[in-house]
Amino acid sequence: MNFDELFGHLGQHTVDGLAKGAIYALIALGYTLVYGVLRLINFAHSEVFVVGTFAVLGVWTAVGLENNPPVAQAALFLLLGLAAAALASGGTALVIERLAYRPLRRRNAPPLVFLITAIGLSLVIVEILGQLLPDTLGGTMTTLFGRPRQVVGMPTIIESKPLFTIAGTSITNVQFITLIAALVMMALLDWFINRTKYGRGVRAVAQNPETAALMGVNQDRVIMLIFVLGGVMAGAAALLWSMRTGITQNELGFVLGLKAFTAAVLGGIGNLRGALLGGLLLGVVEVYAATLYNSSWEDVVAFVVLVVVLMFRPTGLLGESLGRARA
Amino acid sequence: MRRKYVRALSTTALAAVMVAAAGCQDTGGSTADSAKCGGKIAIFGAFTGDNAGLVIPSLNGAKLAVEQHNTAKPDCQVTLQEFDTQGAPDQATPIANQVAGDQSYLGVIGGHFSGESDATMLTYQAAGMAMVSPSATRIDLSQKGVKSFFRVVGHDGTQAAAVTAYLKRQNAQKVFVIDDGSAYGAGITAELGKLLGPLQVSTDKIQERQNQFDATVSKVKSASPDWIFYGGYTREAAPLVRQLRAANVTAKFIAPDGLYDTAFPEGASGGAEGAIVTCPCLPADKAGGTFAADYQKKYNIAPGSYGAEGYDAAKIFLDAFEAGKQTRADILEFVRTYDKQGTSKYIKFDANGDVDPTKVVIWAYQVKGNEIVPLEELKIS
Amino acid sequence: MIDKLREVDDRRRALLGGIGARWRALSRGQRFLAGAAMVVFAYYLPSFGKIPGTNLIIPGLVSLRTDYMDGGSNWSGVLFTCAIYVLVAIGLNVVVGLAGLLDLGYIGFFAIGAYSVALFGSLNSPVVHWLQQTFDLPSTWAVTWAICLPIAVALTMISGVLLGWPTLRLRGDYLAIVTLGFGEIIRIFARNMTEVTRGSQGINGIPGPEGAPSADNQYFGLIDPKWWYFLAITVVLLMVFAVWRLENSRVGRAWLAIREDEDAAAVMGVYGFKYKLWAFAIGAALGGLAGFLFASRYAFIDPTQFNVRLSILFVAMVVVGGSGNMVGVAFGAVLLAYLPERFRAIEDYRWLAFGVAMVLVMVLRPQGLIPSRRRARELEDRAKEAAASV
Repeated sequence: MNFDELFGHLGQHTVDGLAKGAIYALIALGYTLVYGVLRLINFAHSEVFVVGTFAVLGVWTAVGLENNPPVAQAALFLLLGLAAAALASGGTALVIERLAYRPLRRRNAPPLVFLITAIGLSLVIVEILGQLLPDTLGGTMTTLFGRPRQVVGMPTIIESKPLFTIAGTSITNVQFITLIAALVMMALLDWFINRTKYGRGVRAVAQNPETAALMGVNQDRVIMLIFVLGGVMAGAAALLWSMRTGITQNELGFVLGLKAFTAAVLGGIGNLRGALLGGLLLGVVEVYAATLYNSSWEDVVAFVVLVVVLMFRPTGLLGESLGRARA
Repeated sequence: MRRKYVRALSTTALAAVMVAAAGCQDTGGSTADSAKCGGKIAIFGAFTGDNAGLVIPSLNGAKLAVEQHNTAKPDCQVTLQEFDTQGAPDQATPIANQVAGDQSYLGVIGGHFSGESDATMLTYQAAGMAMVSPSATRIDLSQKGVKSFFRVVGHDGTQAAAVTAYLKRQNAQKVFVIDDGSAYGAGITAELGKLLGPLQVSTDKIQERQNQFDATVSKVKSASPDWIFYGGYTREAAPLVRQLRAANVTAKFIAPDGLYDTAFPEGASGGAEGAIVTCPCLPADKAGGTFAADYQKKYNIAPGSYGAEGYDAAKIFLDAFEAGKQTRADILEFVRTYDKQGTSKYIKFDANGDVDPTKVVIWAYQVKGNEIVPLEELKIS
Repeated sequence: MIDKLREVDDRRRALLGGIGARWRALSRGQRFLAGAAMVVFAYYLPSFGKIPGTNLIIPGLVSLRTDYMDGGSNWSGVLFTCAIYVLVAIGLNVVVGLAGLLDLGYIGFFAIGAYSVALFGSLNSPVVHWLQQTFDLPSTWAVTWAICLPIAVALTMISGVLLGWPTLRLRGDYLAIVTLGFGEIIRIFARNMTEVTRGSQGINGIPGPEGAPSADNQYFGLIDPKWWYFLAITVVLLMVFAVWRLENSRVGRAWLAIREDEDAAAVMGVYGFKYKLWAFAIGAALGGLAGFLFASRYAFIDPTQFNVRLSILFVAMVVVGGSGNMVGVAFGAVLLAYLPERFRAIEDYRWLAFGVAMVLVMVLRPQGLIPSRRRARELEDRAKEAAASV
């Protein structure tokens, strides 16, 4: 128990945790959007994120990014990476919806069936990224896929430097960008869902699919929209991830997906702001736990916090409901 | 209804007759006596699955040895049969049952992980087969009194001693010790802790498949060590060292042979520059043979961790076949008394089946770009 | 392509339905005989494709075995794995299929069962060492295998109740994530509590019915695992019988009622929580029993064997096989244990093929390969509702 370390640098650990949690939050949005509308857990969402990281890596490799490029170039490449990741992740999410979920929805299959399908899909994507692509493209694109199932490194796009220091807590530029970008993406999504015509359709379907259909909302289009939105958020997370950690691997998604899903449940699944709160909270809790004991216990602490929260607030911190929160 | 049953019955009877007619003598198991030389050996380990990257070099090394042997000695053909365990003891055990029960297998290379070795060593001992492991490093594996277990790799104690020797020579003052909780990483780190004593200022434990190391980085920063030791594999080491460097931690980084693999610098994209990796294995040019070049030529990649050990393990059996050994017992005896320069190190087993500690040579290597280049030889004592 | 597959699948289903109908048309005596024949077949399986007592083999059948190909695993060993998975599937089916609770952390109970026999029965376990020192026992003392069995079952049942008590009030999806967390926590504890479980170094020398693993054991020796399979299949048959009795009892009907509509069940006087907790505890005990046999057979366990992936595979066995139907889940378990072993040839692509198969089965046949009749009807109803509402 290392209380001195934790409380001595509480601000620093909090900032570290928030930056870590921002990525959870962005991924959690994908779970929460789909759950809010369809009431099902899209377990394959973590793989949507992983596809995004590979897209970032692909673009950066294609443009020949070197470590620590000048600022203007870095900004350009970040935007390029974001576009690629959003495209790849959104596309993957859409394909998953069309190929696997839609036939199941047509038959009104029970949630368990969706779950197993999603697990099968994750397995397929993980294996394609980890084995099929390295095997078939390995010769020409070693930098992209490396050896089968191996962790692949990316160039450092922004060198981490303390940006400013407040009361002994230094925030690095990478942490700053991560947090701001996550908040901006969140705000955009929140605006989109709550203030636009399309968003109204999403909320309508979430509240009552039949009535929404009667009112002329195209349900399939709304569902495609939420999958794409979730995918784009995962793409943004993928970019921030690539910037922060600089690695990717085919089986990266499993653990992260679990964390992001926990974050979504913690905040109240189906609730956008809940996903943000849950993600940030989970990140902070994990860093605190890892500081107090060590990293090998952080998952235990994260899950215990989840169980405790669920015992007292059975629908998460902010409650469920995508539409109802504002209806 | 009744007619259907009659028909079903007659079909069954017919099938039974046909089966009896087609039934043939089960010949599985007996080897042809015509060949006076050569035979069959098995190799088992995690050849697929998430941990395959650690084990494939060893498999490739063994394959290379067998292939070279078979080309050079057409009248002494050796078959190397792969058995994939995915590193799981519960998959390795039925495979051990299979290999032990099939008398045509005369020896076995493996296991590659300590767990699967532990789970199967009694079975192979009961079958009287020599078992040569290229990469199972847990100390107590060789101290259970199992007489058929050998390993061509130094155990955790040896490697911890090597790291300590290097650190002491470099006059390290404060060493921050991190491990990944795996059998290999935690084992070696525990040994190192005993050897380092007061030099070890602080420790941290991460988890397998962890990607973000903020808490570890903070701990390292507040301990401000001059050296960081990491016990584990490349999967976690690459992002860890990278994030340490990104947070401007300048302490030197040292790790045992789990990171002796170009995947480490590649995955760390520059973060691993200058890191020290100790390995009880000889540099390619010192080994005398053409192993590294041959390996590079065949697989188009440098032999990573344990590539040379896999080659050596296979070589022991190949030498046994060449010496005309044709039974499990003879081969076991041959391995026990093996005494020869190998590719990775000088190979001679002590009573426990470990490579003779006095013959182990340990080298320190350094990461330069995407290469791991030899630095200097280390003397343990 | 999908249509063609559907057509094939429909034909297969018609065939299955035919078998089911024919089975139900049999008289009691005939059913008993058929059942007995199946039991005999289960015990014949280790020499599958061979004619017992001779050296003759049946060429077509023998290629189904895993040991007649290069790099294949021991056939009895694979059968043992199948039997263990069937036991797991039957236990999980009580929770998922009968009571309708989504448990993604079943591996936790499996691990507790495995660690019970390892910690109390092995001479290398820190717990046994501690007991020896505290009670001044000889250094060869450890808890006998037969006594570890009730310990394992009791511990898993208790942990089932402990997990269920706070969490069973949660709704389905929340329960899924909490149980998933439970499975992970057990593994992390096993790995981190080095002083108790030896952590990632694992525990070896776990005893079997004849004591610690040794080449001198008469039946449960080191080379031929046939007797392990016989032991496991016996346990499986006993448990199949027990669960079948349970399914058709008051408790079984209560589970059914809760699964269909919890509120309606409550109105009718079926107190949901109590029966859910029972389902959890019974399921946990079966999982623990499976883990117990698993650890005894392999004589070595370490925490990496109890990962979440395996836990999710367990759920997949139940759902792919046909949740709610014991024949179905057993079939699913055998399939998922057997296929990867038989098709080692495609090594690197095993999991890819597995994933594709999982998706295909679910898209084509959401009720599983051999569904329970009641579940199949429910699903058809749901499909009709869907058709009506679109």
